[in-house]
Amino acid sequence: MDFSLTEEHLMTERMVQNFTQKEILPVIKEYDRKQEPIPFALQRLGELGILGICIPVRYGGQGMDFISLGLACEGLEAADTSLRVAMSVHVGLCALTLLQWGSEEQKQKYLVPLASGQKLGCGVFTEPGMGSDVASMSTSAKRDGDFYILNGEKMWISLASKADYAMVTVRTNPGAARPSNRLSTFIVDLNMPGITRGDIHGKLGVRAGSTGWINFQDARVPVENRIGEEGEGFKITMSAFDHGRYTVASGAAGIVRAALEASVRYAKERTSFGKPIAEHQLIQEKIARMSQDYEIARLLYLRAGWLKNQGVRNTLETSFAKKFATEASFRAADDAIQIHGAYGYSDEYDVERYLRNARGAIIYEGSSEIQTLIQAGYALGERQEKPLRCEMPAYDPDYWQS
Amino acid sequence: MKIVACIKQVPDSAAKVVVENGRVFWGDAPLVINPWDEFAVEAALQLKEKHGGTLTVISVGGENEKEAIKHALAMGADDAILIADPALSGLDTQSIAQVLASAIQKIGGVDVAFFGRQAIDSDSGLTPAQTARLLNWPALTLAAVISVEADTIKVDRAIEEGRQVVSAKMPAVVSLVKDYGEPRYPSFMGIRKAARAEVPVWSLANLGISAPTSVIAWPEITNPPSRNVVCEIITGSSPEEIAATLADKILAEKVL
Amino acid sequence: MKTWVYIDHFKGQAMPASWEALGAGKNLGTVTAVIFGQNVEALAKEAFENGADEVLLADDVTLADYRAEAFSSSLSKLAAAASPDAIFLPTTTRGREIAAMAAIDLKTGVMVDVTAIEVQGDSIVVTRPIYAGKLLSKETCSTRPQIVTLRGRAFPKPATQAGRTSTLTKVSPAMSEADIKSKVEGYTTAEAGVSLIDASVIVSGGRGVSNNPALTPPGGLDEKQTEIWRAQQGFALVKELASVLGAAVGASRAAVDAGYVTYSHQVGQTGKVVSPDLYIANGISGAIQHLAGMRTSKVIVAVNKDTDAPIFKVARYGVVGDLFQILPALTAAFKQRLGK
Repeated sequence: MDFSLTEEHLMTERMVQNFTQKEILPVIKEYDRKQEPIPFALQRLGELGILGICIPVRYGGQGMDFISLGLACEGLEAADTSLRVAMSVHVGLCALTLLQWGSEEQKQKYLVPLASGQKLGCGVFTEPGMGSDVASMSTSAKRDGDFYILNGEKMWISLASKADYAMVTVRTNPGAARPSNRLSTFIVDLNMPGITRGDIHGKLGVRAGSTGWINFQDARVPVENRIGEEGEGFKITMSAFDHGRYTVASGAAGIVRAALEASVRYAKERTSFGKPIAEHQLIQEKIARMSQDYEIARLLYLRAGWLKNQGVRNTLETSFAKKFATEASFRAADDAIQIHGAYGYSDEYDVERYLRNARGAIIYEGSSEIQTLIQAGYALGERQEKPLRCEMPAYDPDYWQS
Repeated sequence: MKIVACIKQVPDSAAKVVVENGRVFWGDAPLVINPWDEFAVEAALQLKEKHGGTLTVISVGGENEKEAIKHALAMGADDAILIADPALSGLDTQSIAQVLASAIQKIGGVDVAFFGRQAIDSDSGLTPAQTARLLNWPALTLAAVISVEADTIKVDRAIEEGRQVVSAKMPAVVSLVKDYGEPRYPSFMGIRKAARAEVPVWSLANLGISAPTSVIAWPEITNPPSRNVVCEIITGSSPEEIAATLADKILAEKVL
Repeated sequence: MKTWVYIDHFKGQAMPASWEALGAGKNLGTVTAVIFGQNVEALAKEAFENGADEVLLADDVTLADYRAEAFSSSLSKLAAAASPDAIFLPTTTRGREIAAMAAIDLKTGVMVDVTAIEVQGDSIVVTRPIYAGKLLSKETCSTRPQIVTLRGRAFPKPATQAGRTSTLTKVSPAMSEADIKSKVEGYTTAEAGVSLIDASVIVSGGRGVSNNPALTPPGGLDEKQTEIWRAQQGFALVKELASVLGAAVGASRAAVDAGYVTYSHQVGQTGKVVSPDLYIANGISGAIQHLAGMRTSKVIVAVNKDTDAPIFKVARYGVVGDLFQILPALTAAFKQRLGK
């Protein structure tokens, strides 16, 4: 067993931190307040290769491993959740799912521009009337010769109005006996006719992020854009969530770290009853919990990343990491506000943003309740990994980097 | 072109630096490439990208000098040389300049040697000019803008009065200021290359020189006297009188 | 002790720190001013009036513009012949560089940017800030001449004696034009304004700068426009002092939020964290987040009308009063003292 990060990992961490420190932290408050995305953020993530960090070089990516992906997400979310969300949907839901399930032609056509940052991707699964119960989605695709005709509405889609390509799961086989066989997944060019989209405003958090809706009205998607087989959509979507949840988990660890660092700084600075509040035990208790939670969150996601590197399915381990880290991040931000007192309640300091940003991740990409059911399912032996037709291959540096 | 950038490793600028028992400590602050040297590497890379050639970074120090070198390699330097020798500890700038000049001569055929304007630990800012002098090369220091045409290098130097535009035939030493423009981040490809790079270590014997003798000694390093936080309220019969007293007090603090 | 002092100048205008170095040299014994340039004989007169016992003047077309190799060669050639005990230079961009190169020629060392000088035996021991002033280092040099560059305003300017004069020796430059490798092609002026992060001096304004009751705003402005107009008048005073001190302009978050100045000026936890040598806070109450961004400044000066303002808790000097009166008076006082 080896817990040490490689030099590549450490340099990746530092690079992401330099980037956020120089370019994101000076402006994030302004854009969060305006409820607008930082205009240059996605472009810079692309230019720096972060949007293709763990995609093989042959598909336009940077050839790093899954641990690097996690470390990058942690660093990005320590600055602002909006950056990590872009990673979750672009890399996690879209690019990695293409890498796992896409045909060689689909990879050349869609993965290469995504991984090189020329195009943005997102994942389109949730609907106004459907979240956790994926199999019950109602957006439909009817086969018509060489096309599928998509109709329906998707909602709570990150980068809905910004992305070029989307991984879209819809219902193709309503008559299938098992609900999970009713779905199919497509890679869709969002600029095609029949698709309208827009932003949702008034979110509690991730206000510098872009979240929206996508409407399909007789959108004619070519058959060759179908990922995998007809009826494989549920499995593909679950794979997408395994990738997405990993980025959410690692990102949430970033919030815990940011809350911890802010609290330590403030607790040493601020005095009450004649001494720095860091010397009060009830403050220390909060700080100790944050530092412990950070350690747990980090270990959990690094282990999930290690499993990904080994090419081992990690639904359970990623579920542990996601549920723990997202809940810990909300708790840490809450404690950080308490430590900051009234200042923490105002946007003078960052911690109130951490709290608002942390809340969503307890809901999306599989709510805590869904994670609990997954974990119970495995613990009770009711759930087992069945081999997939397309498994994510183990990280092989020679393949990834050539 | 054959380009060299001389870099140094220093404690992060945000580090809390203190002296305990005569030794300097910077806590758990990371050692990083001297921030000014990042501009030197950036300028060197831009020159290389425009005119072709290779960039070699040179650093003088112990084994732990690798952070700075790896950073420069990850930014895009082609290769690196670490000059490490037990005889090299506690050298003054003249001695470091001798070592660097010898290394640049040993590399041979160098057109430009880039430096940061100064290191943020010693704050001396002497090494670029001293290395140039030892090489008998012109020193175009404090460069904010750099251009090369044929065998001539031209820079805008940031001086107190504005900018002085100076040109010289290469080879030359150029030191960089912040106005040059933000240094790039390491790329992922660069990170992989840097992580795998075997950095050759040159000893003084490799350079063919004996250990230089430092003539500067620093017998004592101390923490600055702790600040008197008691606020002295300046009073007077008129704003002019208050201002005059205040201005004199500020000047006496020697902070202007 | 026999000390030489290099008189740094730009187009015949001496840097004030040159005279401070001359004064520091004079304290140690006899002092020779060394002046290089073209048509700079007037500087010799100034040097005598500032206390030089002797002036070495190289007035030559090759020295019309500062060039490192030409200037340092001339200095080291003269010094090699005359063996002064010490050579002082002001810590300017030129002074630092001439010192660096001359030390190589003369096989000696440089103690750079020093803030204090003492003599122990026949040796100079200096104090100089290192790690951006986080530490102080004592330094000495075992060879001669001991070359020292002196931080500007760290040493007193000597009293001048009008009409004082002494020996002026004209000398020739060490290098001919053909030997000098660099060419000066011209000068351009830098863009105005000092960035907050690099600034060694910052003058900041807070919400208090908009409260000048003595002003009558122009008509036709609504309430918010009137407030901004008032703030602009206030910040004009801040900027004036900043320009006299060569300082950057900072602002509190309150001032930025109120729209008085742009975010790039904001000092504080949520703005820039700065640590200048001198921080002058005008009309800033001192919210904790502002203090977090500037409390490590070496000397903090606060001007505020509220005696209880928290800014006074971190300030070295405070003025309780009307900044609209104090600020212009302070600007005038510095103008006079700094000769601007």
